[in-house]
Amino acid sequence: MILDLLVQGAQMILVLALAPLLLGFTRTVKSRLLRRRGPPVTQVYRDLLRLVRKEAVLADDASWLFRNAPYAIFSATWVAAALVPTFATGLHFSWAADLIVVTALLGSSRFFLALAGMDVGTAFGGIGSSREMLFSTLAEPAMIMIVFVVALVAGSTQLSEIAVFMVDHATLRVSLGLALIALIIVALAENARIPVDNPATHLELTMVHEAMILEYSGRHLAVIELAAALKLLLYMSLIGCIFVPWGMARPSSGFLPLVIGVATYVVKLAAGGFLLVLFETSIAKMRVFRAPEFLGSALMLGFLGTLLLFVSRSF
Amino acid sequence: MDRFALDAAHMLAGGMVLVSFMLLYQNRMFGLLNVYALHAVVLSLSVAWQAHVQDAPHLWVTATIAVVLKAIVIPVALRRMVIRLGVHRTIETVGGIGPTMLMGIGLVALSMVVMLHAAADADPIAREDLALALSVILLGLLMMVTRHNAVSQIVGFMSLENGLILAATGARGMPLVVEISIAFSVLVAFIVIGVFLFRIRERFDSVDTQAIDDYRGGRE
Repeated sequence: MILDLLVQGAQMILVLALAPLLLGFTRTVKSRLLRRRGPPVTQVYRDLLRLVRKEAVLADDASWLFRNAPYAIFSATWVAAALVPTFATGLHFSWAADLIVVTALLGSSRFFLALAGMDVGTAFGGIGSSREMLFSTLAEPAMIMIVFVVALVAGSTQLSEIAVFMVDHATLRVSLGLALIALIIVALAENARIPVDNPATHLELTMVHEAMILEYSGRHLAVIELAAALKLLLYMSLIGCIFVPWGMARPSSGFLPLVIGVATYVVKLAAGGFLLVLFETSIAKMRVFRAPEFLGSALMLGFLGTLLLFVSRSF
Repeated sequence: MDRFALDAAHMLAGGMVLVSFMLLYQNRMFGLLNVYALHAVVLSLSVAWQAHVQDAPHLWVTATIAVVLKAIVIPVALRRMVIRLGVHRTIETVGGIGPTMLMGIGLVALSMVVMLHAAADADPIAREDLALALSVILLGLLMMVTRHNAVSQIVGFMSLENGLILAATGARGMPLVVEISIAFSVLVAFIVIGVFLFRIRERFDSVDTQAIDDYRGGRE
Protein backbone atom coordinates (compact mmCIF):
# COMPACT_ATOMS: atom_id res chain seq x y z
CA MET A 1 0.00 0.00 0.00
CA ILE A 2 2.68 2.46 1.10
CA LEU A 3 4.91 1.22 -1.70
CA ASP A 4 2.13 1.74 -4.24
CA LEU A 5 1.67 5.29 -3.05
CA LEU A 6 5.43 5.84 -3.24
CA VAL A 7 5.55 4.65 -6.85
CA GLN A 8 2.59 6.88 -7.73
CA GLY A 9 4.33 9.80 -6.00
CA ALA A 10 7.51 9.04 -7.91
CA GLN A 11 5.55 9.22 -11.16
CA MET A 12 4.09 12.62 -10.20
CA ILE A 13 7.53 13.99 -9.34
CA LEU A 14 9.09 12.40 -12.42
CA VAL A 15 6.73 14.06 -14.91
CA LEU A 16 7.19 17.41 -13.19
CA ALA A 17 10.97 17.08 -13.21
CA LEU A 18 11.26 15.80 -16.76
CA ALA A 19 8.88 18.27 -18.44
CA PRO A 20 11.26 21.27 -18.58
CA LEU A 21 14.09 18.94 -19.57
CA LEU A 22 12.08 17.66 -22.54
CA LEU A 23 11.28 21.21 -23.64
CA GLY A 24 14.93 22.22 -23.27
CA PHE A 25 16.01 19.15 -25.19
CA THR A 26 13.71 19.97 -28.12
CA ARG A 27 14.98 23.57 -28.20
CA THR A 28 18.61 22.50 -28.15
CA VAL A 29 18.17 19.86 -30.84
CA LYS A 30 16.22 22.32 -32.97
CA SER A 31 19.03 24.86 -32.76
CA ARG A 32 21.55 22.19 -33.68
CA LEU A 33 19.48 21.14 -36.69
CA LEU A 34 19.40 24.79 -37.78
CA ARG A 35 23.20 24.91 -37.32
CA ARG A 36 23.04 27.18 -34.32
CA ARG A 37 24.58 26.34 -31.00
CA GLY A 38 21.42 26.89 -28.98
CA PRO A 39 20.83 27.12 -25.23
CA PRO A 40 21.95 24.33 -22.89
CA VAL A 41 19.41 21.59 -22.18
CA THR A 42 18.83 22.92 -18.66
CA GLN A 43 17.95 26.44 -19.82
CA VAL A 44 14.22 25.99 -19.19
CA TYR A 45 14.85 25.27 -15.47
CA ARG A 46 16.88 28.46 -15.21
CA ASP A 47 14.20 30.46 -16.99
CA LEU A 48 11.56 29.15 -14.60
CA LEU A 49 13.74 29.93 -11.59
CA ARG A 50 14.36 33.45 -12.85
CA LEU A 51 10.65 34.03 -13.42
CA VAL A 52 9.76 32.79 -9.94
CA ARG A 53 12.22 35.26 -8.39
CA LYS A 54 10.80 38.18 -10.34
CA GLU A 55 7.92 40.35 -9.25
CA ALA A 56 4.53 39.55 -10.75
CA VAL A 57 3.06 42.61 -12.45
CA LEU A 58 -0.72 42.75 -12.70
CA ALA A 59 -2.83 44.96 -14.94
CA ASP A 60 -5.17 47.39 -13.22
CA ASP A 61 -8.22 45.65 -14.59
CA ALA A 62 -7.11 42.15 -13.64
CA SER A 63 -9.70 40.29 -11.58
CA TRP A 64 -9.25 37.39 -9.15
CA LEU A 65 -9.67 35.08 -12.13
CA PHE A 66 -6.52 36.39 -13.75
CA ARG A 67 -4.53 35.78 -10.58
CA ASN A 68 -5.87 32.30 -9.92
CA ALA A 69 -6.10 30.92 -13.44
CA PRO A 70 -2.38 29.94 -13.69
CA TYR A 71 -2.69 27.66 -10.68
CA ALA A 72 -5.90 26.07 -11.99
CA ILE A 73 -4.26 25.49 -15.37
CA PHE A 74 -1.14 24.06 -13.80
CA SER A 75 -2.91 21.73 -11.39
CA ALA A 76 -5.29 20.34 -14.02
CA THR A 77 -2.39 19.70 -16.42
CA TRP A 78 -0.22 18.17 -13.71
CA VAL A 79 -2.95 15.79 -12.58
CA ALA A 80 -3.55 14.75 -16.20
CA ALA A 81 0.18 14.23 -16.81
CA ALA A 82 0.55 12.23 -13.61
CA LEU A 83 -2.36 9.97 -14.52
CA VAL A 84 -0.96 8.83 -17.88
CA PRO A 85 1.10 5.68 -17.32
CA THR A 86 4.73 6.53 -18.05
CA PHE A 87 7.09 3.88 -16.72
CA ALA A 88 4.66 1.48 -15.04
CA THR A 89 1.09 0.32 -15.53
CA GLY A 90 -1.46 -0.31 -12.80
CA LEU A 91 -0.31 2.44 -10.44
CA HIS A 92 -2.30 3.34 -7.34
CA PHE A 93 -4.47 5.94 -9.06
CA SER A 94 -4.66 4.18 -12.40
CA TRP A 95 -8.37 3.43 -11.91
CA ALA A 96 -8.88 7.17 -12.50
CA ALA A 97 -6.48 7.30 -15.47
CA ASP A 98 -9.16 7.25 -18.07
CA LEU A 99 -8.62 8.74 -21.53
CA ILE A 100 -11.84 10.72 -21.23
CA VAL A 101 -10.75 12.10 -17.86
CA VAL A 102 -7.42 13.18 -19.33
CA THR A 103 -9.23 14.90 -22.22
CA ALA A 104 -11.61 16.63 -19.82
CA LEU A 105 -8.78 17.85 -17.55
CA LEU A 106 -6.98 19.31 -20.55
CA GLY A 107 -10.23 20.87 -21.72
CA SER A 108 -10.80 22.59 -18.38
CA SER A 109 -7.24 23.91 -18.30
CA ARG A 110 -7.81 25.32 -21.77
CA PHE A 111 -11.05 26.90 -20.59
CA PHE A 112 -9.26 28.76 -17.80
CA LEU A 113 -6.47 29.82 -20.12
CA ALA A 114 -8.96 31.30 -22.60
CA LEU A 115 -10.80 33.12 -19.79
CA ALA A 116 -7.53 34.51 -18.46
CA GLY A 117 -6.59 35.68 -21.93
CA MET A 118 -9.77 37.74 -22.16
CA ASP A 119 -9.81 38.91 -18.55
CA VAL A 120 -7.54 41.96 -18.84
CA GLY A 121 -9.26 43.15 -21.97
CA THR A 122 -6.29 43.66 -24.28
CA ALA A 123 -6.75 42.99 -27.96
CA PHE A 124 -4.01 40.38 -28.20
CA GLY A 125 -5.42 38.26 -25.41
CA GLY A 126 -8.86 38.31 -27.00
CA ILE A 127 -7.50 37.28 -30.40
CA GLY A 128 -5.50 34.47 -28.80
CA SER A 129 -8.49 33.19 -26.85
CA SER A 130 -10.81 33.27 -29.81
CA ARG A 131 -8.32 31.38 -31.98
CA GLU A 132 -7.65 28.86 -29.25
CA MET A 133 -11.38 28.19 -29.01
CA LEU A 134 -11.64 27.91 -32.80
CA PHE A 135 -8.93 25.26 -32.82
CA SER A 136 -10.30 23.45 -29.81
CA THR A 137 -13.74 23.05 -31.37
CA LEU A 138 -11.99 20.78 -33.86
CA ALA A 139 -9.24 19.33 -31.69
CA GLU A 140 -11.50 18.10 -28.90
CA PRO A 141 -13.93 16.10 -31.07
CA ALA A 142 -10.90 14.68 -32.87
CA MET A 143 -9.47 13.62 -29.52
CA ILE A 144 -12.77 12.01 -28.54
CA MET A 145 -12.85 10.12 -31.85
CA ILE A 146 -9.32 8.86 -31.18
CA VAL A 147 -10.48 7.74 -27.74
CA PHE A 148 -13.35 5.85 -29.37
CA VAL A 149 -11.03 4.09 -31.83
CA VAL A 150 -8.62 3.03 -29.10
CA ALA A 151 -11.45 1.99 -26.81
CA LEU A 152 -13.11 -0.10 -29.52
CA VAL A 153 -9.85 -1.91 -30.18
CA ALA A 154 -8.70 -2.39 -26.60
CA GLY A 155 -12.13 -2.71 -24.98
CA SER A 156 -11.41 -0.07 -22.35
CA THR A 157 -10.77 3.63 -21.98
CA GLN A 158 -8.49 3.12 -19.03
CA LEU A 159 -4.90 3.83 -20.02
CA SER A 160 -3.26 1.09 -17.95
CA GLU A 161 -5.50 -1.57 -19.44
CA ILE A 162 -4.97 -0.18 -22.95
CA ALA A 163 -1.19 -0.35 -22.52
CA VAL A 164 -1.34 -3.94 -21.24
CA PHE A 165 -3.69 -4.91 -24.08
CA MET A 166 -1.41 -3.38 -26.70
CA VAL A 167 1.61 -5.29 -25.40
CA ASP A 168 -0.22 -8.61 -25.16
CA HIS A 169 -2.23 -8.44 -28.40
CA ALA A 170 0.04 -6.33 -30.57
CA THR A 171 -1.18 -6.40 -34.16
CA LEU A 172 -1.03 -4.05 -37.08
CA ARG A 173 -4.38 -2.40 -37.46
CA VAL A 174 -5.54 0.16 -39.99
CA SER A 175 -7.73 1.93 -37.45
CA LEU A 176 -4.88 2.28 -34.95
CA GLY A 177 -2.65 3.70 -37.68
CA LEU A 178 -5.31 6.31 -38.45
CA ALA A 179 -5.69 7.07 -34.73
CA LEU A 180 -1.92 7.53 -34.35
CA ILE A 181 -1.74 10.08 -37.16
CA ALA A 182 -4.79 11.90 -35.82
CA LEU A 183 -3.31 11.98 -32.31
CA ILE A 184 -0.04 13.40 -33.63
CA ILE A 185 -1.94 16.18 -35.42
CA VAL A 186 -3.96 16.96 -32.29
CA ALA A 187 -0.79 16.94 -30.18
CA LEU A 188 0.95 19.37 -32.54
CA ALA A 189 -1.99 21.75 -32.42
CA GLU A 190 -2.55 21.50 -28.67
CA ASN A 191 1.08 22.17 -27.86
CA ALA A 192 1.27 25.16 -30.21
CA ARG A 193 3.99 23.50 -32.27
CA ILE A 194 5.05 24.60 -35.69
CA PRO A 195 2.54 23.95 -38.42
CA VAL A 196 -0.19 25.49 -36.27
CA ASP A 197 1.60 27.95 -34.00
CA ASN A 198 5.21 28.92 -33.48
CA PRO A 199 6.50 28.29 -29.95
CA ALA A 200 9.67 30.32 -30.47
CA THR A 201 8.26 33.73 -31.38
CA HIS A 202 6.68 36.16 -29.02
CA LEU A 203 5.40 38.97 -31.21
CA GLU A 204 3.79 37.73 -34.32
CA LEU A 205 0.28 38.40 -35.50
CA THR A 206 -0.50 34.72 -35.95
CA MET A 207 0.48 33.58 -32.48
CA VAL A 208 -2.14 31.79 -30.42
CA HIS A 209 -0.75 30.43 -27.18
CA GLU A 210 1.68 33.29 -26.58
CA ALA A 211 -1.06 35.85 -27.25
CA MET A 212 -3.16 34.56 -24.38
CA ILE A 213 -0.35 34.69 -21.83
CA LEU A 214 1.11 37.99 -23.00
CA GLU A 215 -0.06 39.83 -19.87
CA TYR A 216 1.44 37.37 -17.42
CA SER A 217 4.74 37.90 -15.65
CA GLY A 218 6.75 36.61 -12.73
CA ARG A 219 5.59 33.52 -10.90
CA HIS A 220 2.30 33.39 -12.81
CA LEU A 221 4.18 33.13 -16.09
CA ALA A 222 6.51 30.52 -14.59
CA VAL A 223 3.56 28.37 -13.58
CA ILE A 224 1.95 28.69 -17.02
CA GLU A 225 5.19 27.86 -18.81
CA LEU A 226 5.65 24.82 -16.62
CA ALA A 227 2.09 23.75 -17.41
CA ALA A 228 2.84 24.10 -21.14
CA ALA A 229 5.96 21.95 -20.74
CA LEU A 230 3.91 19.38 -18.82
CA LYS A 231 1.36 19.30 -21.62
CA LEU A 232 4.03 18.48 -24.19
CA LEU A 233 5.30 15.70 -21.96
CA LEU A 234 1.74 14.47 -21.42
CA TYR A 235 1.02 14.11 -25.13
CA MET A 236 4.30 12.31 -25.71
CA SER A 237 3.61 9.93 -22.81
CA LEU A 238 0.13 9.39 -24.17
CA ILE A 239 1.42 8.43 -27.62
CA GLY A 240 4.08 6.27 -25.98
CA CYS A 241 1.57 4.62 -23.66
CA ILE A 242 -0.95 3.76 -26.37
CA PHE A 243 1.19 3.02 -29.41
CA VAL A 244 4.64 2.00 -28.07
CA PRO A 245 3.87 0.59 -24.62
CA TRP A 246 6.80 -1.83 -24.53
CA GLY A 247 9.15 -1.77 -21.55
CA MET A 248 6.63 -0.60 -18.96
CA ALA A 249 6.72 -2.26 -15.56
CA ARG A 250 3.74 -4.44 -14.67
CA PRO A 251 2.03 -3.89 -11.29
CA SER A 252 3.93 -5.24 -8.24
CA SER A 253 6.77 -6.69 -10.28
CA GLY A 254 9.67 -5.58 -8.13
CA PHE A 255 12.38 -3.00 -8.40
CA LEU A 256 14.31 -3.94 -11.55
CA PRO A 257 11.35 -3.65 -13.99
CA LEU A 258 10.65 -0.19 -12.58
CA VAL A 259 14.21 0.90 -13.36
CA ILE A 260 13.93 -0.58 -16.85
CA GLY A 261 10.57 1.19 -17.22
CA VAL A 262 12.05 4.57 -16.32
CA ALA A 263 14.99 4.03 -18.68
CA THR A 264 12.77 3.08 -21.63
CA TYR A 265 10.48 6.01 -20.83
CA VAL A 266 13.37 8.45 -21.03
CA VAL A 267 14.49 6.87 -24.31
CA LYS A 268 10.94 7.16 -25.69
CA LEU A 269 10.75 10.82 -24.70
CA ALA A 270 14.11 11.55 -26.30
CA ALA A 271 13.09 9.77 -29.51
CA GLY A 272 9.72 11.56 -29.53
CA GLY A 273 11.36 14.94 -28.95
CA PHE A 274 13.84 14.32 -31.74
CA LEU A 275 11.12 13.27 -34.20
CA LEU A 276 9.04 16.32 -33.24
CA VAL A 277 11.96 18.64 -33.91
CA LEU A 278 12.81 16.89 -37.17
CA PHE A 279 9.22 17.37 -38.32
CA GLU A 280 9.18 21.00 -37.21
CA THR A 281 12.36 21.93 -39.02
CA SER A 282 11.21 20.33 -42.25
CA ILE A 283 7.86 22.10 -42.47
CA ALA A 284 6.72 25.71 -42.66
CA LYS A 285 4.13 27.28 -40.39
CA MET A 286 0.73 27.38 -42.03
CA ARG A 287 -1.64 30.33 -42.15
CA VAL A 288 -3.98 30.56 -39.18
CA PHE A 289 -7.00 29.96 -41.38
CA ARG A 290 -5.41 26.82 -42.84
CA ALA A 291 -5.07 25.35 -39.34
CA PRO A 292 -8.77 24.37 -39.03
CA GLU A 293 -8.38 22.29 -42.19
CA PHE A 294 -5.32 20.61 -40.71
CA LEU A 295 -7.18 19.85 -37.49
CA GLY A 296 -10.27 18.89 -39.43
CA SER A 297 -8.23 16.19 -41.12
CA ALA A 298 -7.41 14.79 -37.66
CA LEU A 299 -11.11 14.74 -36.85
CA MET A 300 -11.76 13.03 -40.17
CA LEU A 301 -9.10 10.37 -39.55
CA GLY A 302 -10.54 9.62 -36.13
CA PHE A 303 -13.98 9.41 -37.68
CA LEU A 304 -12.72 7.08 -40.41
CA GLY A 305 -11.05 4.82 -37.86
CA THR A 306 -14.25 4.55 -35.82
CA LEU A 307 -16.22 3.87 -38.97
CA LEU A 308 -13.88 1.08 -40.08
CA LEU A 309 -14.12 -0.53 -36.66
CA PHE A 310 -17.89 -0.39 -36.70
CA VAL A 311 -18.06 -2.04 -40.11
CA SER A 312 -15.57 -4.78 -39.40
CA ARG A 313 -13.69 -5.54 -36.21
CA SER A 314 -10.68 -6.88 -38.10
CA PHE A 315 -9.54 -3.42 -39.24
CA MET B 1 -2.88 -17.32 -44.18
CA ASP B 2 -1.65 -16.26 -40.79
CA ARG B 3 -2.91 -13.31 -38.82
CA PHE B 4 0.09 -11.07 -39.39
CA ALA B 5 -0.02 -11.38 -43.18
CA LEU B 6 -3.67 -10.36 -43.14
CA ASP B 7 -3.03 -7.40 -40.85
CA ALA B 8 -0.10 -6.15 -42.90
CA ALA B 9 -2.14 -6.40 -46.10
CA HIS B 10 -4.93 -4.41 -44.47
CA MET B 11 -2.45 -1.89 -43.18
CA LEU B 12 -1.01 -1.28 -46.64
CA ALA B 13 -4.43 -1.06 -48.28
CA GLY B 14 -5.54 1.30 -45.49
CA GLY B 15 -2.42 3.33 -46.19
CA MET B 16 -3.59 3.69 -49.79
CA VAL B 17 -6.93 5.08 -48.58
CA LEU B 18 -5.08 7.46 -46.28
CA VAL B 19 -2.86 8.71 -49.12
CA SER B 20 -5.99 9.18 -51.25
CA PHE B 21 -7.30 11.48 -48.54
CA MET B 22 -3.96 13.29 -48.56
CA LEU B 23 -4.47 13.82 -52.30
CA LEU B 24 -7.87 15.33 -51.61
CA TYR B 25 -6.40 17.53 -48.88
CA GLN B 26 -3.41 18.74 -50.88
CA ASN B 27 -4.03 21.99 -52.72
CA ARG B 28 -0.65 22.79 -54.20
CA MET B 29 0.42 21.35 -57.51
CA PHE B 30 3.89 20.05 -56.64
CA GLY B 31 2.67 18.74 -53.30
CA LEU B 32 -0.06 16.92 -55.19
CA LEU B 33 2.47 15.26 -57.49
CA ASN B 34 4.63 14.21 -54.54
CA VAL B 35 1.65 12.70 -52.77
CA TYR B 36 0.71 10.91 -55.99
CA ALA B 37 4.21 9.40 -56.13
CA LEU B 38 3.73 8.29 -52.50
CA HIS B 39 0.40 6.73 -53.51
CA ALA B 40 2.19 4.67 -56.15
CA VAL B 41 4.92 3.64 -53.72
CA VAL B 42 2.35 2.43 -51.18
CA LEU B 43 0.57 0.58 -54.01
CA SER B 44 3.77 -1.19 -55.04
CA LEU B 45 4.48 -2.12 -51.40
CA SER B 46 1.00 -3.54 -51.12
CA VAL B 47 1.35 -5.50 -54.35
CA ALA B 48 4.78 -6.77 -53.31
CA TRP B 49 3.35 -7.91 -49.98
CA GLN B 50 0.56 -9.76 -51.79
CA ALA B 51 3.17 -11.35 -54.07
CA HIS B 52 5.07 -12.52 -51.03
CA VAL B 53 2.00 -13.75 -49.16
CA GLN B 54 0.22 -15.41 -52.08
CA ASP B 55 3.51 -16.78 -53.43
CA ALA B 56 2.63 -15.35 -56.83
CA PRO B 57 5.78 -14.34 -58.76
CA HIS B 58 3.91 -12.46 -61.46
CA LEU B 59 2.76 -9.92 -58.89
CA TRP B 60 6.39 -8.91 -58.41
CA VAL B 61 6.29 -7.74 -62.04
CA THR B 62 3.21 -5.64 -61.25
CA ALA B 63 4.95 -4.15 -58.23
CA THR B 64 7.98 -3.25 -60.31
CA ILE B 65 5.80 -1.66 -62.99
CA ALA B 66 4.00 0.33 -60.31
CA VAL B 67 7.16 1.66 -58.75
CA VAL B 68 9.01 2.48 -61.98
CA LEU B 69 6.15 3.80 -64.06
CA LYS B 70 3.85 5.40 -61.52
CA ALA B 71 6.18 6.48 -58.77
CA ILE B 72 8.94 7.81 -60.99
CA VAL B 73 8.12 8.24 -64.69
CA ILE B 74 4.60 9.69 -64.51
CA PRO B 75 5.23 12.13 -61.60
CA VAL B 76 8.40 13.42 -63.27
CA ALA B 77 6.56 13.82 -66.59
CA LEU B 78 3.65 15.55 -64.85
CA ARG B 79 6.03 17.87 -63.04
CA ARG B 80 7.64 18.92 -66.30
CA MET B 81 4.21 19.36 -67.83
CA VAL B 82 3.11 21.55 -64.92
CA ILE B 83 6.19 23.72 -65.29
CA ARG B 84 5.65 24.07 -69.05
CA LEU B 85 1.99 24.91 -68.55
CA GLY B 86 2.87 27.34 -65.77
CA VAL B 87 0.08 26.17 -63.46
CA HIS B 88 2.13 25.60 -60.30
CA ARG B 89 -0.19 27.89 -58.33
CA THR B 90 -2.91 27.03 -55.84
CA ILE B 91 -5.59 24.65 -57.03
CA GLU B 92 -9.12 25.76 -56.38
CA THR B 93 -11.49 23.06 -55.22
CA VAL B 94 -15.23 23.07 -55.57
CA GLY B 95 -16.84 23.55 -52.17
CA GLY B 96 -13.64 23.72 -50.11
CA ILE B 97 -11.54 21.01 -48.54
CA GLY B 98 -13.73 20.27 -45.51
CA PRO B 99 -16.90 19.23 -47.36
CA THR B 100 -14.81 17.29 -49.90
CA MET B 101 -13.20 15.30 -47.10
CA LEU B 102 -16.61 14.63 -45.56
CA MET B 103 -17.87 13.40 -48.92
CA GLY B 104 -14.79 11.20 -49.06
CA ILE B 105 -15.68 9.65 -45.70
CA GLY B 106 -19.19 9.06 -46.98
CA LEU B 107 -17.78 7.26 -50.01
CA VAL B 108 -15.53 5.09 -47.85
CA ALA B 109 -18.53 4.17 -45.69
CA LEU B 110 -20.54 3.37 -48.83
CA SER B 111 -17.86 1.11 -50.27
CA MET B 112 -17.42 -0.68 -46.92
CA VAL B 113 -21.11 -1.38 -46.58
CA VAL B 114 -21.50 -2.44 -50.21
CA MET B 115 -18.46 -4.71 -50.29
CA LEU B 116 -18.88 -6.39 -46.94
CA HIS B 117 -22.49 -7.24 -47.75
CA ALA B 118 -22.01 -8.15 -51.39
CA ALA B 119 -19.07 -10.46 -50.72
CA ALA B 120 -20.09 -11.70 -47.29
CA ASP B 121 -18.88 -15.27 -47.85
CA ALA B 122 -15.66 -14.50 -49.71
CA ASP B 123 -12.12 -14.97 -48.45
CA PRO B 124 -11.63 -12.33 -45.70
CA ILE B 125 -8.33 -11.03 -47.08
CA ALA B 126 -9.89 -10.52 -50.50
CA ARG B 127 -13.12 -9.04 -49.12
CA GLU B 128 -11.67 -6.31 -46.94
CA ASP B 129 -8.96 -5.53 -49.45
CA LEU B 130 -11.64 -5.15 -52.09
CA ALA B 131 -13.60 -2.80 -49.85
CA LEU B 132 -10.51 -0.62 -49.34
CA ALA B 133 -9.69 -0.75 -53.06
CA LEU B 134 -13.21 0.35 -53.93
CA SER B 135 -12.82 3.30 -51.57
CA VAL B 136 -9.57 4.27 -53.32
CA ILE B 137 -11.39 4.12 -56.67
CA LEU B 138 -14.30 6.23 -55.42
CA LEU B 139 -11.93 8.75 -53.84
CA GLY B 140 -10.13 9.04 -57.20
CA LEU B 141 -13.47 9.70 -58.87
CA LEU B 142 -14.31 12.30 -56.22
CA MET B 143 -10.99 13.98 -56.88
CA MET B 144 -11.75 14.14 -60.61
CA VAL B 145 -15.16 15.64 -59.89
CA THR B 146 -14.09 18.28 -57.38
CA ARG B 147 -11.06 19.74 -59.12
CA HIS B 148 -11.22 22.37 -61.83
CA ASN B 149 -7.66 22.03 -62.98
CA ALA B 150 -7.07 19.47 -65.71
CA VAL B 151 -3.71 18.37 -64.28
CA SER B 152 -5.21 17.50 -60.90
CA GLN B 153 -7.99 15.67 -62.70
CA ILE B 154 -5.29 13.55 -64.32
CA VAL B 155 -3.83 12.83 -60.88
CA GLY B 156 -7.30 11.79 -59.75
CA PHE B 157 -7.59 9.46 -62.71
CA MET B 158 -4.20 7.93 -62.03
CA SER B 159 -5.01 7.35 -58.36
CA LEU B 160 -8.28 5.71 -59.44
CA GLU B 161 -6.25 3.38 -61.61
CA ASN B 162 -4.00 2.56 -58.63
CA GLY B 163 -7.16 1.50 -56.83
CA LEU B 164 -8.00 -0.83 -59.72
CA ILE B 165 -4.58 -2.48 -59.47
CA LEU B 166 -5.06 -2.86 -55.72
CA ALA B 167 -8.40 -4.57 -56.30
CA ALA B 168 -6.88 -6.83 -58.96
CA THR B 169 -4.03 -8.01 -56.74
CA GLY B 170 -6.32 -8.67 -53.80
CA ALA B 171 -8.36 -11.11 -55.90
CA ARG B 172 -6.37 -14.20 -56.80
CA GLY B 173 -5.97 -15.48 -60.30
CA MET B 174 -5.72 -12.21 -62.20
CA PRO B 175 -3.52 -13.09 -65.18
CA LEU B 176 -0.33 -11.15 -65.79
CA VAL B 177 -1.38 -10.24 -69.33
CA VAL B 178 -4.35 -8.29 -68.00
CA GLU B 179 -2.26 -6.40 -65.49
CA ILE B 180 0.42 -5.47 -67.99
CA SER B 181 -2.16 -4.36 -70.51
CA ILE B 182 -3.86 -2.20 -67.85
CA ALA B 183 -0.53 -0.63 -66.98
CA PHE B 184 0.27 0.17 -70.59
CA SER B 185 -3.17 1.37 -71.47
CA VAL B 186 -2.84 3.83 -68.58
CA LEU B 187 0.48 4.96 -69.98
CA VAL B 188 -1.11 5.48 -73.39
CA ALA B 189 -3.99 7.33 -71.76
CA PHE B 190 -1.46 9.47 -69.96
CA ILE B 191 0.27 10.40 -73.22
CA VAL B 192 -3.04 11.14 -74.93
CA ILE B 193 -4.16 13.29 -72.00
CA GLY B 194 -0.82 15.07 -72.04
CA VAL B 195 -1.19 15.97 -75.71
CA PHE B 196 -4.78 16.91 -75.11
CA LEU B 197 -3.83 19.24 -72.25
CA PHE B 198 -1.53 21.26 -74.44
CA ARG B 199 -4.23 21.46 -77.09
CA ILE B 200 -6.71 22.70 -74.46
CA ARG B 201 -4.27 25.32 -73.33
CA GLU B 202 -3.60 26.44 -76.90
CA ARG B 203 -7.29 26.72 -77.63
CA PHE B 204 -8.58 28.27 -74.39
CA ASP B 205 -5.46 29.86 -72.82
CA SER B 206 -6.16 27.92 -69.61
CA VAL B 207 -6.27 24.37 -68.27
CA ASP B 208 -9.24 25.20 -66.08
CA THR B 209 -12.03 22.95 -67.30
CA GLN B 210 -14.57 25.56 -66.25
CA ALA B 211 -13.37 27.61 -69.22
CA ILE B 212 -14.33 24.74 -71.52
CA ASP B 213 -17.83 24.57 -70.05
CA ASP B 214 -18.44 28.13 -71.21
CA TYR B 215 -17.71 27.08 -74.79
CA ARG B 216 -20.24 24.28 -74.75
CA GLY B 217 -23.11 26.69 -75.31
CA GLY B 218 -26.87 26.26 -75.30
CA ARG B 219 -26.99 24.22 -72.07
CA GLU B 220 -27.46 26.96 -69.55
